[in-house]
Amino acid sequence: MSLDVRFPIGGMFSIVGALLIIYGVVSDPAIYEKSLGINVNLWWGLVLLVFGAVMLGFAYRAYRRTESSQ
Amino acid sequence: MLGIGWALRRRIRSSEDFFLSGRSIPAWIAGLAFISANLGAQEVIGMAASGAKYGIMTSHFYWVGAMPAMVFVGLFMMPFYYGSRARSVPEYLKLRFDEKTRGLNAITFAIMTIFSSGISMYALAKLFELVLGWSFHGSIVLSAVIVLIYIFLGGLTSAIYNEVLQFFLIVLGFLPLVLLGLKDVGGWSGLTAKLATVATNAGFEPGAWTHSWKYMDSPSHNPMGMEWFGLVMGLGFALSFGYWCTDFLVVQRAMAAGSMTAARRTPLIAAVPKMLMPMLVILPGMLAIGLHASRGGFLPIGSDGQPEYNLAIPMLLGHYLPTGLLGLGLTALMASFMSGMAGNVTAFNSVWTYDIYQTHIRPGQTDGHYLRVGHAATVFGIIASVAAAYSATRFNNILDMLQLVFSFVNGPLFATFLLGMFWRRTTGHGAFYGLLTGTITAALHYGLTLPRGAVPGIKGGFLGAVLHVYPSEMALNFWTALFAWTGCFVATLVISLLTKRTKSDEELRGLVHSLTPRQRDGHMPWYKRPVTLAVGILVVSTILNIIFW
Repeated sequence: MSLDVRFPIGGMFSIVGALLIIYGVVSDPAIYEKSLGINVNLWWGLVLLVFGAVMLGFAYRAYRRTESSQ
Repeated sequence: MLGIGWALRRRIRSSEDFFLSGRSIPAWIAGLAFISANLGAQEVIGMAASGAKYGIMTSHFYWVGAMPAMVFVGLFMMPFYYGSRARSVPEYLKLRFDEKTRGLNAITFAIMTIFSSGISMYALAKLFELVLGWSFHGSIVLSAVIVLIYIFLGGLTSAIYNEVLQFFLIVLGFLPLVLLGLKDVGGWSGLTAKLATVATNAGFEPGAWTHSWKYMDSPSHNPMGMEWFGLVMGLGFALSFGYWCTDFLVVQRAMAAGSMTAARRTPLIAAVPKMLMPMLVILPGMLAIGLHASRGGFLPIGSDGQPEYNLAIPMLLGHYLPTGLLGLGLTALMASFMSGMAGNVTAFNSVWTYDIYQTHIRPGQTDGHYLRVGHAATVFGIIASVAAAYSATRFNNILDMLQLVFSFVNGPLFATFLLGMFWRRTTGHGAFYGLLTGTITAALHYGLTLPRGAVPGIKGGFLGAVLHVYPSEMALNFWTALFAWTGCFVATLVISLLTKRTKSDEELRGLVHSLTPRQRDGHMPWYKRPVTLAVGILVVSTILNIIFW
């Protein structure tokens, strides 16, 4: 059966989000001068992680539903 | 960061028959693939460049152009496309008219794909030039090599997957940029104040960059140099309907849907996110020109003395995003350019090999022979794209150049389709000579007029005499499209009436409106009917037009 496109999308954005969060925590605060003093890596990493997780959640729910109907 | 993006893109390249095998896929995926197919450099770089050069008037490409056109495709055109099972525009023209109409369209379509791919190549090379610090010539070679490898590795095998992923990459990669930029300039009111300076410096009323309709009473009152009639007919009607109704890179996505109803709903669903794209692609351009005016020289100045509008998005990325998020933004840009280029070169390959070479030059050869011809066509397509990329350096806004190409190809073709689909009396000779007349009309108009400040040559006026000077490149494009459409429409009509029909009603079943069974949506609940969705989209785009009046 073909792969639900939400699995790769959710997976990719979860990983990228997690990496950005880690980088946001360990990076030198001086680099955030250009982004108006906001640690955008940390915050946008969180947004991406939540987005990825929601995608994975929907994909998993759809997967379970087709499993049980077979 | 870049590496991760690429590694993941590689891994999910599977199952090319995801769509075509007739599995029921969620409608939203089909819709996203539909708009992603045109989310290449022209949209990301071109719309931002136009936002900087022409201001909020660029939103007409969406709320006057794309929205009504996508509704029209969904409600009226899809039944023929889906019903006829044609796989490309030339193929539909062959079924409806004859072989020569197909051949002519295949040639103009092939030229269009080369220009589209060249424009993406130009954008990619500009990005390399900026990020790697290479010369433009070296960057072009690098782009060409990368795309060649990408195509031969089978980069397009799972186009739908890539496209949906790319859509999210662009949205999520650009959104932080827009939010930071807006915060920096002090929100919409702060941006309005900055753009008032831009407008008065250029000799317009202060609101010329932030009102989409208010200054359209006369071409001399707005940066695009258009008045409302030329805009609505040239952009809204000829160019936009031409593009969305006849560009098969896009239409194919909807054809792959599981049922006629799903196919009709795909463009309508796609219209919903499309309606909001201006926020993501035009707004950054306006931010960039606002910063350019207030900080003095945010955008580099090109050889023509104008700011390089094409660099709006890359400059903003470098300005606001720190290491980390910058990688995501650059990955999004590169992914969009590469797939834009690869998609067009692949389309060129198939049109050349099947619609031109196999049909007109050497029919009846082995599959292996055509495969080799296809490979050669890919290499040729990339070399020709390099030439197109160099001609793109003459335009400070790649959307100006792209719409010029569309005005030659899609403008007249839409008249052919309109007559072919809704008037069964249209003949093959009528369609062929009509299309030819339309394209020649476009060339004559383009050759006899010039945008202000340009020298005769690639920007027009090459026929010796310049009869009219338009205030901007875009104004010239809109009028070229309108002239081409009218030329094609009139010629097709007259020649069809003078020639005999060659196809019987029976042969035209499913290809012409009056000979195709009507779509009945009565059994569906009202909120699921395509018409309901269509009305909703038109109402919301009207509201958006009024908000930014």
